Amino acid sequence: MKMHWLAVPFVTAALASAAPALAWEPTKPIEIVVPFSAGGASDQMARTIQGIIQKHQLTTQPIIVINKPAAGGAEGMLDIQKSAGDPHKLITTSSGIFMTPMATKLPLNWTDYTPVAMMAQDSFVLWVNAKSPHKTAGDFMEAAKKASPPLKIGGTSSKREDNLIVFAMEKQIGAKFAYIPYTSGGQASTQLSGGHVEANTNNPAEDLANWRGGATRPICVFADQPMVYRDKVTENASWADIPTCTSQGLNVSYQMLRGMFMPGKVTKDQQAFYVNMFKKVSETQEWKDYLARNALVGDYRDGEAFVSFLKADEEKHARLMSEAGFMAK
Amino acid sequence: MDDFSSLLAGFQIALSWHNIGFMALGVILGIVVGVLPGLGGPNGVAILLPLTFGMDPTSAIILLSSIYWGALFGGAITSILFNIPGEAWSVATTFDGYPMAIRGHAAEALTAAFTASFIGALSGVVLITFVAPLVASFALRFGPAEFFAVFLLTFCSFVGMGRDNRAKIITSLCIGFLLAAVGLDSISGDLRMTFGSTELMRGFDFLVVVIGLFGIGEILLTAEEGLVFKGKHAKIDLKVVLKTWASLPRYWLTLVRSCVVGMWMGVTPGGAIAASFMGYGLAKRFSKRGAHFGKGEIEGVLAPETAAHAAGTSALLPMLALGIPGSATAAVLLGGLLVWGLQPGPMLFVEQKDFVWGLIASMYLGNLAGLIIVLATVPLFAAVMRIPFSFVAPVILIVCAIGAYTISNSVFDIWVMLGFGILGYIFKKLDYPLAPLVLALVLGDRAEDAFRQALLGSAGSLDVFWANGLVSGLVIVALVLLLWGPITDAIAALGRRNESAKAAKAAE
Amino acid sequence: MSQPTNTTDEPRGLPRRSVEILVALTLIALAGVVLYDSHGRGAGWDGGPQNGFFPARVGWIFLAAAVFVLWQSFRTESGIFVTYGQLGQVARVLGPLVLFVALIGPLGLYVAAAIFIVAFMGVVGGSRWWSILLTAVIVPIACFWIFELQFRVPLPKGPLEAALGY
Repeated sequence: MKMHWLAVPFVTAALASAAPALAWEPTKPIEIVVPFSAGGASDQMARTIQGIIQKHQLTTQPIIVINKPAAGGAEGMLDIQKSAGDPHKLITTSSGIFMTPMATKLPLNWTDYTPVAMMAQDSFVLWVNAKSPHKTAGDFMEAAKKASPPLKIGGTSSKREDNLIVFAMEKQIGAKFAYIPYTSGGQASTQLSGGHVEANTNNPAEDLANWRGGATRPICVFADQPMVYRDKVTENASWADIPTCTSQGLNVSYQMLRGMFMPGKVTKDQQAFYVNMFKKVSETQEWKDYLARNALVGDYRDGEAFVSFLKADEEKHARLMSEAGFMAK
Repeated sequence: MDDFSSLLAGFQIALSWHNIGFMALGVILGIVVGVLPGLGGPNGVAILLPLTFGMDPTSAIILLSSIYWGALFGGAITSILFNIPGEAWSVATTFDGYPMAIRGHAAEALTAAFTASFIGALSGVVLITFVAPLVASFALRFGPAEFFAVFLLTFCSFVGMGRDNRAKIITSLCIGFLLAAVGLDSISGDLRMTFGSTELMRGFDFLVVVIGLFGIGEILLTAEEGLVFKGKHAKIDLKVVLKTWASLPRYWLTLVRSCVVGMWMGVTPGGAIAASFMGYGLAKRFSKRGAHFGKGEIEGVLAPETAAHAAGTSALLPMLALGIPGSATAAVLLGGLLVWGLQPGPMLFVEQKDFVWGLIASMYLGNLAGLIIVLATVPLFAAVMRIPFSFVAPVILIVCAIGAYTISNSVFDIWVMLGFGILGYIFKKLDYPLAPLVLALVLGDRAEDAFRQALLGSAGSLDVFWANGLVSGLVIVALVLLLWGPITDAIAALGRRNESAKAAKAAE
Repeated sequence: MSQPTNTTDEPRGLPRRSVEILVALTLIALAGVVLYDSHGRGAGWDGGPQNGFFPARVGWIFLAAAVFVLWQSFRTESGIFVTYGQLGQVARVLGPLVLFVALIGPLGLYVAAAIFIVAFMGVVGGSRWWSILLTAVIVPIACFWIFELQFRVPLPKGPLEAALGY
């Protein structure tokens, strides 16, 4: 890490040629494709992992993060699909790996890729402006039933996670919301703190800054269990203090996977190398700090456990998407 | 005055020897990155980011933000010399910068561009230093309707002024809007105008189109006139710098106007690109020499550069104060802040005073270092114009191809660039204006998104654009600017009628 | 730039009016495609504009403007758009450039760049053979060093790079 950046390629080249011992080792720089734009949650995860791998020297080759955000991440996914057999590419994924193909009818499917590891799950929280009169999910729902025009809820993208949650809320209470899609969770957070929407359904990390700054306030987390992080985040609250929406009579829970895939048609040895590498990443202190900072649910899975999770998750999304009418015709 | 002493402490941190070293290194790398269209600021910052994890956060952010300043300066170089905008916000710089270079005034144009960048950036930093909290809360008042009004204002200040063929202006504008609409529509989540092609799904990237229209198109035009560079007898010595500086005070009004436009657009995240077009448009409309714009007017270089840099710098303010990145580079810097355990947002100014003021101080110093370094390179870059066409042209074309490719790692984009190069050549010869196309391409889909977000919130009622003083004010100013030509004509006509009426009376 | 007054040696060339008409017709066709796509997806107002609303409106304006340009082109005086001599010059740049882009896919960018430089400088003329070869070798290597090694920007590579282990 302390090496001069100009020197890195030469030294790593020397190391690579000197150590051909293991079953398979990368021989070129490894690209991590992020199907979202720079600065977003997936991008931050990829860059954190990049930092951890380089700091702990988990591979001799450099790691490059490439953003391919176009068409709701389909650009990045198509790129990986085209690179079948290339063992020097990885892609970070979220639930988008199911939802983008469903919403756009693009010929993409996660079974064309090689699952490597699931790194974590991300929660969703119902946030309101700090000055909002609503204290509980019950208050908010009552207000939504009376509101005309409908209450505005901000989120990221259309026909994606946030949109699904809002749809599920509408179904629960039989009232309409005006869902406003923004390009990023950061924008949704700023718009909420400016009072342009009544609520948003951001991930914890996306609204953390405004919560600490006293501009927004969490109402409840869309999960069956409260979050586990007990360290104070603001002056008098921690992530664990946020009640679940279920406990407040709003029966919606949703979490999103964050994982790593490789292109299809790679060998078992190549897959094993990366599984091993990400397992080591997930055990480092830096990774645990990262999870805590972003209030992610630490849920590392690989091999069969990951595949069966994916299968169940895909079925769940297919059901939710068709109920909501988000499937492409 | 608490802030002022914090700033002084910040200068002490930033002025240590190793931080100055990082600053110079960052600026030079940034210039390299800015000159090569394949390596934008975000790229340079992203590549170096992991290497800074071991450094203390203040030094790291000084290094990285210096790359940002260097890239901002570097973008203007290729715009002026080869009509190829290295960055999206230097497109407006080509309108007068390149004609100046053709006429043999490359050195003056470069000096003007760099100095204007510095003035713009400085005004942005002053804004951040003294009114940060106030401005940050102002930015929060911008909802979708206000954003739409800002984009409308940009369009109106730029379009509707030309004496070119009106039908061709409209055609060009429409092409831009339609190109912007190709790809995923973020409001409905559906694909538009892709006709089943996965390449079109990505949409048309602004830089690919611009490199084609301006860069390749210009090389084809040059080739037509005999395979030599125009304006190769540029005079190159450092005296030009001083002479150009001496002429600058004359344009103080343009500079001030562009600073204000830029700061405003940077804070209200309209962005540097919109600011550069608006700065140029306003200067053209209100300058005494407005009719000469586009033929190599120094004011036409000063206006967009000042505005773009004032905006680019002010855009760091929302990032620090609110945690929303104002640009792609800012987004990568934001990622860096998080890695160092710094949480951008309202609390950063309270909890990480040293860091924030060190960064602000480095903005002053980094820009100064940047200005000195780029000015020193003016003769070097101007000398590039003396290399024979048959050597430089293939290199430029290769670098253009690399630039188009790296934007989304797609060979298809190189073909797109080539296609737009031919289109640019034909359009230029048929007197279709290219600027409206570019403006509509870069702002069209954002304006549409904001419009539709606003209507989603208001349940389809258009009243949302008259809902409060801010948004109606913006819409009114936009309409006044759009109709400025007819209004002044009408006033002049009225004046003449009075005159002639008086004259008639006097004659009686 | 296209001065019809410039009637010295080469007055023959493409007439401006034909090019103007051709471009206008192409634009009209494009407008038709846009309108077909937008109205196909829904260009109405359904509690706010549908996703085809704006493209369709812009498409109609586009169509009107293009038709107007077409009509104008019949009324204005036609000059020479480009003389055949000039067109030849443009083709000498465009030809190698198209070859370059076509070769990037199969050969990779660096080899294609070397071939492009040889072709371009050879066609344009005025350079000695050794300076052409030198440029053709140095420029791709310099690009490789900057992009691939220093900034780690992967560019398209072909069989030669694969043989060298990249």
